[in-house]
Amino acid sequence: MTSPTDHLAHTHTPSVTDADGDLATAARTAPGQERRPRGRRLLRALPAVIGLAVLAYLPYLPVELPGVLPGRVNAPGSMQLLATCLVIGGIALSYDVLFGRTGLLSFGHALFVAAGSYLLTISLSTWALPLPLAVLVALVLSTALALVVGGIALRVGGIAFAMVTLAFAQAASIIVMRNPGGVTGGEEGRPLDRDAVPDLLVGVANAPYRYWLALAFLVLAWVVVTLLVRSRAGHAMAAVRENEQRAAVLGFGTYRVKLLAVVVGSFLGALGGVVHALVLGGSNPHLTTSEFTLSLLVMVVLGGAGHRWGAVIGGVLYTYADARLVEVSNAAWLENLPDVVGQVLSQPLFILGSFFVVVVYFAPSGLTGLGGRLIRRSGTR
Amino acid sequence: MSDLVLLLVTGVGLGALYFIAASGLSLIYGLMGVLNFAHGVFMTAGAYAAWLTMGALPGTWPMAGRLVIGVLVAVAVGAVVGLVVEVLLIRPLYRHHIQQVLVTVGLSLAGVAAAQGIWGADPRSVDKPAWMSGTTELLGARLPNDRFVYLLVALGLFAGLLALLHLTRLGLVIRAGVENRTMVEALGIDVHRTFTVVFALGGAAAGLAGVLHSQYAGAVSPAQGGSLLIFAFIVVVIGGMGSLTGTAVAAVVVGLVQQLANYYAASGVGDLSVVLLLALVLLLRPTSLKGATA
Amino acid sequence: MTEENPSTRADAPEPPGPPVLTLHDVHVRYGGSHILQGVSFDVPATGVTALLGRNGVGKTTTLRSIMGLAPRTGRILLQGNEIQAQRTARIVRGGIGYVPEDREVFGGLTVDENLRLVDPDHGVDAPVVARLFPDLVTRRGQRAGTLSGGQQQMVSLARVLLRENALLLIDEPTKGLAPKLVTEVADVLAEVALTTPILLVEQNLPLVRRIADRVVVLDAGVVVHRGAAADLVGDADLTRELLGVSMRREGAA
Repeated sequence: MTSPTDHLAHTHTPSVTDADGDLATAARTAPGQERRPRGRRLLRALPAVIGLAVLAYLPYLPVELPGVLPGRVNAPGSMQLLATCLVIGGIALSYDVLFGRTGLLSFGHALFVAAGSYLLTISLSTWALPLPLAVLVALVLSTALALVVGGIALRVGGIAFAMVTLAFAQAASIIVMRNPGGVTGGEEGRPLDRDAVPDLLVGVANAPYRYWLALAFLVLAWVVVTLLVRSRAGHAMAAVRENEQRAAVLGFGTYRVKLLAVVVGSFLGALGGVVHALVLGGSNPHLTTSEFTLSLLVMVVLGGAGHRWGAVIGGVLYTYADARLVEVSNAAWLENLPDVVGQVLSQPLFILGSFFVVVVYFAPSGLTGLGGRLIRRSGTR
Repeated sequence: MSDLVLLLVTGVGLGALYFIAASGLSLIYGLMGVLNFAHGVFMTAGAYAAWLTMGALPGTWPMAGRLVIGVLVAVAVGAVVGLVVEVLLIRPLYRHHIQQVLVTVGLSLAGVAAAQGIWGADPRSVDKPAWMSGTTELLGARLPNDRFVYLLVALGLFAGLLALLHLTRLGLVIRAGVENRTMVEALGIDVHRTFTVVFALGGAAAGLAGVLHSQYAGAVSPAQGGSLLIFAFIVVVIGGMGSLTGTAVAAVVVGLVQQLANYYAASGVGDLSVVLLLALVLLLRPTSLKGATA
Repeated sequence: MTEENPSTRADAPEPPGPPVLTLHDVHVRYGGSHILQGVSFDVPATGVTALLGRNGVGKTTTLRSIMGLAPRTGRILLQGNEIQAQRTARIVRGGIGYVPEDREVFGGLTVDENLRLVDPDHGVDAPVVARLFPDLVTRRGQRAGTLSGGQQQMVSLARVLLRENALLLIDEPTKGLAPKLVTEVADVLAEVALTTPILLVEQNLPLVRRIADRVVVLDAGVVVHRGAAADLVGDADLTRELLGVSMRREGAA
């Protein structure tokens, strides 16, 4: 049934190594950038620009989309849902720096997202710092944490690295749940100090501003990852992902390359945590759980590891599905099914988890890989 | 003095639970290179299977008898689940380790969600034999009886696995496969059949761990397996990724460190000190963690 | 079966009868690099065929592709039966014994246990062990990881000889061994070759001259030469051209 040659015949190319022609694309574009006609470059960027414009315009769109969104597109509920989707999309993109780009199977990425989120709320409330300083503190401390944790965890590779990062994230989760000195709020989480942030980010009516903030974070993460992938460091990461031994022979300091990936990914993740706290009005202990890290992995693989669109689409779709699949539990057709089936299907995570297994089997390059195969148009990358 | 005795016994008892949870994981990782995230779901499956069985048996039966039958059912369910997962999901992805991990991640998410859907997210209390809830006085300390049960079961499992590894043909193939599974295949041995057996064995151990953990906690809940799994991971890493003896030693050390730190420092510090221990081990001897012999 | 390669210098004195093994247009690609680029050759059913070439030309990969240990395309026939889709264990049971580069004994297992993996009933007590590797019998309880390189090589050889083989693939059996041990290994190989054909990867040219009947030379993933062993080893210029100067110096040492 499984001949050793099945990696040739089958579609099961490891998603970490098959990541894409994106490496090739990057290699082609980096040196040859100047020679390419300006018009074509603009043309290639066009879909992204149009998409961005449409997204930015959504808060002005008073359209009902029955079944898709809870209310009008620009209603606060919809805006909040979309903002959450965008933030998580950006966080998934930050995780892809480790998993999709560098081939690091980290189970501890939630740690840095949670660090950004909690350090922001704690800086604002407990330490009474002004917002800009609080953001700075959150980012600096989270990045320093990434340096320490990454420095230790990268002493082992592969599966052991996954276990060790998981353990560190779990430690953070325990600390947050124990609520030392009352700073993390335990199971309740820590609400955002509303007086410490600009009025524009607070209140139901200002949901569009939080939406734009989330969009801005996503764009920033996108730009940073794009620049990183095209840089020398990005090429080194791709080399490590493809074949660590060979990368070492070629003279890349693989430890430093991997540490860089951890630090950059964690920085973006922490920024995502900061924005998450601002958008959702506080820090939630769910961010620290291993379940959240695993869901990041699921998002990236669902969308397509090593593709910028893949991670973002995976993150957005997952968050959307997680929120909207709850509706399924109220659906009428479920009532005709046996109780047990209905109870199981009412769990979004059951559907997402099962769907994920199916994707790993039948579309190992993710939804974007699947779409890419159907469309085969490199311009939409 | 009596405090210390109490801490040592409870620590070793906890370590025994960790060993039972980690042994299957370690065996599977050592032989197949598969990090089995679904191990937590296997444990949860065992715990619920025992809970349902004990509830279904007539209440007039002695509690201990119902528990024994519950344990047997949990072990059988764990083994069957492990077998099915290996044959249906793991085997087709042979040599694609990352995808194998991803599939088990998907299973763990879906499995916990399914349990939550059927039985609810809240813990359900389990019956415990009166004797296991009691204590025994020893060296001035009142020691909870259930810890002795965990310890005995763990010792039995350890001895059984060692005997399997060193006295049987299957064990010889497993030990060779842990060292170099490609070469086992290159000697004409069908290593895939061994994989299936080991996965079923790991599942059985997970089922056992699940039901004992639910006795320890006094309840079953969907997330229970996942929280035990993390400590099992730590034990496997400290124990040297695939070494059974290493796993046993690491389990006891982790259990003791946790209990001692919880008592002498502060409640909750125990869990953290375990992670610290892991970091320390990684810093001091990273090379010993790249895989070892049984 | 095999296509004539234009650069083949001399036709080998092929023995009569069908070949035991045939490779036809075998390709191996690994993570973006194309290591074997259409390798085709026959292994006759008797004697020693040496597979030669500079470092990194794909000799070990060729053996691994035959064993199903490298992802390959093309056709591979063992005694006329296609085996390129079979799993490694099946190929071994089909009659190919494999002695890998670097011995790959199970260091944590005893000598006896290493052998019992293949022959559960006899292990070190099998007659062939007593005949060819008497040293191993006395070391039966020793962990293979504590043996010297030469002794490990003997374990690795003994392991495959416990099975009936139609063909043996042996990868650099004398690598890193002292001259005396090289001779011992060569003696064993010469004796085994009397009954079982061998496809041998070997850098040591004097050894090749002593025991090999034919040679197949690889370069950059393709076969560049086939012929009698004596013709190649006797022709210094040809040796230099095909195997490189460094090879010749090594071989002369």
